[in-house]
Amino acid sequence: MTTQAPDGQAAPAPAGGDVLRVEHITKRFGAVTALVDVNMHLTRGEVLGLIGDNGAGKSTLLKILCGLYQPDSGQIMLQGQAVSFKSVEHARSLGIDAVYQDLALVDQLTVYHNIFLNRERIRWPLLSNRAMRNLARQRLDDMGIDLKSVDVPVAMLSGGQRQAIAVARAVYSEAKILLLDEPLAAMGAKEAALILDLVRDLKRKGDVSIIVIAHNYGQVLEICDRVNLLQHGMITVDKLSKDTSVQELNDIVIEEYRRALQERQRSA
Amino acid sequence: MSDTVQPTAEIAGGPPGERAPGSKPRRWLRTAGSLFVRQREATVFVVAVLLIIYFGFISSAASAFFTHDNLVVLSQYAAPIMIIAIGEVLLLICGEIDLSPGFVYTFAPFLMHYLIDFWGVPAIPAILISLLMGLVVGWVNAFLTVTVGLPSFITTLGTGFILLGLVLTTSHAFPASIPGPAVGIGHWLGTYAWSEIIWAVLLTAIFHVVLIRTRWGLYTVATGGNKLGATEAGINVSRIKYGNFMITATLGAFAGLMIAFQTNTIDPSSGGYTPMFYAVTAAVIGGTAMLGGVGSILGAFLGAAVLALMLDGFTVMGISANPLDIILGAAILVAMIANVQLARLREAGRA
Repeated sequence: MTTQAPDGQAAPAPAGGDVLRVEHITKRFGAVTALVDVNMHLTRGEVLGLIGDNGAGKSTLLKILCGLYQPDSGQIMLQGQAVSFKSVEHARSLGIDAVYQDLALVDQLTVYHNIFLNRERIRWPLLSNRAMRNLARQRLDDMGIDLKSVDVPVAMLSGGQRQAIAVARAVYSEAKILLLDEPLAAMGAKEAALILDLVRDLKRKGDVSIIVIAHNYGQVLEICDRVNLLQHGMITVDKLSKDTSVQELNDIVIEEYRRALQERQRSA
Repeated sequence: MSDTVQPTAEIAGGPPGERAPGSKPRRWLRTAGSLFVRQREATVFVVAVLLIIYFGFISSAASAFFTHDNLVVLSQYAAPIMIIAIGEVLLLICGEIDLSPGFVYTFAPFLMHYLIDFWGVPAIPAILISLLMGLVVGWVNAFLTVTVGLPSFITTLGTGFILLGLVLTTSHAFPASIPGPAVGIGHWLGTYAWSEIIWAVLLTAIFHVVLIRTRWGLYTVATGGNKLGATEAGINVSRIKYGNFMITATLGAFAGLMIAFQTNTIDPSSGGYTPMFYAVTAAVIGGTAMLGGVGSILGAFLGAAVLALMLDGFTVMGISANPLDIILGAAILVAMIANVQLARLREAGRA
């Protein structure tokens, strides 16, 4: 269980329960400092919402956690052990998997090839398509994703179905930590409900910890146990969902925006 | 946007024939029709069959078409196009193109000639080194394209010119004859009448399976279909591109050696852009997209057969080379228009 922290500080948590700890992570791109000093933790079985305005560094942080970027400094602790991800594959081999905003699906490939991309079932030297097709079918049924055929190219599917398949792929990896980047972006109400249900299902099973990046505070509070607010490359708010509200989060963001604006005017 | 209001069953495009089963013959017709619409290779296959019927039975070439000699000539037109097209399909699928295999084709037999006649290398190692040269050229193409970041069109334009210059400089633009020690093994590569087409069929079969049934093929499609997505899935897209450039150039070297043995001469004017353009044409006629992500090696094989049928058939009919290009160009456009229209039908059939 996590404890609530005073505003502006990361919540200290019992170290034993953390699957992931991020300590003093920084990341610069040339002159731009995307992440200043990020401290974050993720408890086993928890769904953590990561919110913040555009450019706050959410996607950068996610890409560091999944091994696509390397941080300039700071430390990532996985199950209490310091790790440094060399690549996406390396992070994945350690149980971290991501579902991206820019959907890592390949339009031209079938549903089952996408689900198994880079995790193919092989009967050397060939792909065992039948095994992958059956497993994909079975898993989608288990997850309640309604698809007539897993043989169609994903280009033929709707946005929500594509996102569902991307989530299914991550779940399939038996990841211990799942990173969902904007899982509800550009999605209709019905499709959003499908994804929210998937996340709730995963949460109920409790064997996976999830970080959700999202814009919509309402949806985040609905599915997440706890929220972290990222501002200017730092986590500024760390609260349990039940202890905060959309109104409060909005106020904090707007207040910070006003303060920064005033500061800029004063220095000008 | 309309997607979101449709019921799920509608979005999940199943086989369109399933919902309203008609009478038996009609269903068969529909199955055949949907196969024709779905399989990219079907169109070009039908075109090839029509051309065979035309040249073999209808045209003024009919009497000479099915003779042994003509079939050999036909197969020899087709084989190098088929072999180079394999590489072009793989590269086009991953979003690149190679303009240089025709020049690797020119250079490879010269390299073999220099190795054997000037440096005393035995025939088999000399042939292997000439093929290896293809690997090196492919690596350089990939390095300049993938690592340095030039467009592959420019990279391979440059390396192609360099190879042509190397051939012309070192040979003083004179042809050479096949070195004595290589003649024996050359029979297997190109001198025997059917050897080229056998190699072409064999290589096509192997690479077709590689493309549709192996991890390499899957990653090639993923690289061209969604490079960022493939990277995020942990696929090393650079490696895929390096590999496909190296395969293409090596196939170019192979085709060049083959043709040198077949014609029994090492000619600085053979190869060049022509086999490459035919190969790219064959690939495109066979359903490979210029924008990446989509392609078929079997389709390119059939596309090469279509080109060879036209080259051979019109020649047998006595049409000179000059109007032949007009017919070829028109045929390419017609084939492409048919492909585009069929692709629309395909989309409509699935939506």
